[in-house]
Amino acid sequence: MAGTALDFERPLIELEKKIEALKKSSESSGIDLSSQIVTLQRQLDSQRLKLYSKLTPWQRVQLARHPRRPYMLDLVRLITRSFTELHGDRLFGDDKAIVGGFAVIDEVKVMLVGHQKGRDTKENIMRNFGCPHPEGYRKALRLMKMAEKFKLPVISLIDTPGAYPGIGAEERGQARAIALNLREMMQLRTPMIIVITGEGCSGGALGVGIGDIVAMFQNAYYSVISPEGCAAILWKDAGKMELAAKALKLTANDLAEHKLIDDIIPEPIGGAHTNHAEMGTILKERLLSYLEKLKRIALDELLEKRYKKFRAMGVFTEPAPEEKRVPSPREEEAVPHLPEVSPLETKR
Amino acid sequence: MPLFGKPRYSAIKVKKVQIPTGRWMKCTNCREIIDARAFHSAYKTCPKCKFHYKMSARERVDLLLDEGSLDEMDSEMLPQDPLGFVDSKKYTDRHKQGRAKSKLNEAILTGMGSVAERPVGFGAMDFSYIGGSMGSVVGEKVTRLVERCLDQRCVLIIVTASGGARMMESTYSLMQMAKTSGALSRLHKEGLAYIAVLCNPTTGGVTASFASLGDIIIAEPGALIGFAGPRVIEQTIRQELPEGFQRSEFLLEHGMIDMIVPRKELREKLQELVTFFSE
Repeated sequence: MAGTALDFERPLIELEKKIEALKKSSESSGIDLSSQIVTLQRQLDSQRLKLYSKLTPWQRVQLARHPRRPYMLDLVRLITRSFTELHGDRLFGDDKAIVGGFAVIDEVKVMLVGHQKGRDTKENIMRNFGCPHPEGYRKALRLMKMAEKFKLPVISLIDTPGAYPGIGAEERGQARAIALNLREMMQLRTPMIIVITGEGCSGGALGVGIGDIVAMFQNAYYSVISPEGCAAILWKDAGKMELAAKALKLTANDLAEHKLIDDIIPEPIGGAHTNHAEMGTILKERLLSYLEKLKRIALDELLEKRYKKFRAMGVFTEPAPEEKRVPSPREEEAVPHLPEVSPLETKR
Repeated sequence: MPLFGKPRYSAIKVKKVQIPTGRWMKCTNCREIIDARAFHSAYKTCPKCKFHYKMSARERVDLLLDEGSLDEMDSEMLPQDPLGFVDSKKYTDRHKQGRAKSKLNEAILTGMGSVAERPVGFGAMDFSYIGGSMGSVVGEKVTRLVERCLDQRCVLIIVTASGGARMMESTYSLMQMAKTSGALSRLHKEGLAYIAVLCNPTTGGVTASFASLGDIIIAEPGALIGFAGPRVIEQTIRQELPEGFQRSEFLLEHGMIDMIVPRKELREKLQELVTFFSE
């Protein structure tokens, strides 16, 4: 566990270990150490609250990338009754960095797609670290079109460091694959729910990211470029990623404030990786409420709202008399905003 | 004259030869000395190696639209700094530089005009404005142009030259990909034609949105066109890229574009296509 801990998590883990050791020695020796344990536990709780209520953007990026963070298939196991994975784009291959298939959440049938990362090196090589090739986006589009055909809502779970920059990806039209998804998802006649669960990096995320509700896990990030990439280009030093992470305004709270996402899904204190089961419960509850909400909206209206939502994103000025949208307010809201979610509000 | 004596100099008056400036230039591609007049009359292509140099948006208008037909849209639309972005330079300072270099208020010029006397919606990106990058203004101007084409039921032409999404607007710029592609989804549904002309370079978020969505995709010869930049790919895969990788000819070979048209034939080709779609 300590091997996968982030630097800023270490003091907490030290405390946890101390408590554990005290408990053990109290058991084995029969000496009552409960008062010391309680003191330490209090200390731990207050430190944890303090730490997680004011994480820096870079710390959140690290949490979003935490090696023990729940990935797509973990979440699928936690939220669905059944999941039938479907493979291949029917054109070239089966990209394992994007998975998808039919799923049942409670009683609701849906089409699930999303990025899948690997838990260890071997699995990561298979999953290409969650970086899709064009065939991944084409598989996702095939499944989403199938969802439209069978009148199933689409749920897309995003967690990618970006679309893969490689020779094969370029040869097979990475840009076209993403562009086509953007165009088609805008017109797909079925409710679309997008949840950024970890890394939402650039076009690789957006390529399966057009929807009626776009929600983000509290410690996920969504950005046009990774903080390291941005730092390397603008600061000429990839080591300046903390500065870049701050400048990019990539946290869920920032994005909700700018109305670029619709909702923030709270995580257990300490991040989603500390309690997969609780994260699954929270996610499932939210998804069901989104599905319920979208079900009530007629498809034509839904598409119009979807278009207008993205249409309104952007900040610019124009001279009078045509002064408008600075910053552009969203004409119609798909869901109410939760502008600020502090970790204190989540139940533990 | 003594062997170690001090030599004597005297000033000689030399009549200065007038060398006309701007008459000759060196091609940065083939390194040949070329005649600047021939370069300009060949629309900024090297008369020897045919290398296509970057063109400004205004030069594109002159090259492609019927003379004097442009009715520019949203030329006064100005960028903002929604995130207060500061890196090694202030974002607002980058705008100042961009304006000075490109003589435009943003990285794209849009408007209604005509080609072969048929009405078209026309957009041309300008690489000299922050690398032709797409922020809120580019996204909004493209979207309005598409909407105008929908309104007037005419052909849309966009000439691209861009490094991709603009980092300084972060997720705002990412969302311009969604916004422009969304507008094009309506154009697509309405059965209206969109001709994309990809020029050197067209990469990143622009390629992964409106540049790749043309019903007809034309590229200028030798243009770098791709999703990821070659440097990023090299760093990722740690090997050298093959010769001609991500150039127009490579894309044609891989079925990603319809045709490569040299700049001097571009106007005629667009006239042909616009006429085809307008009748």
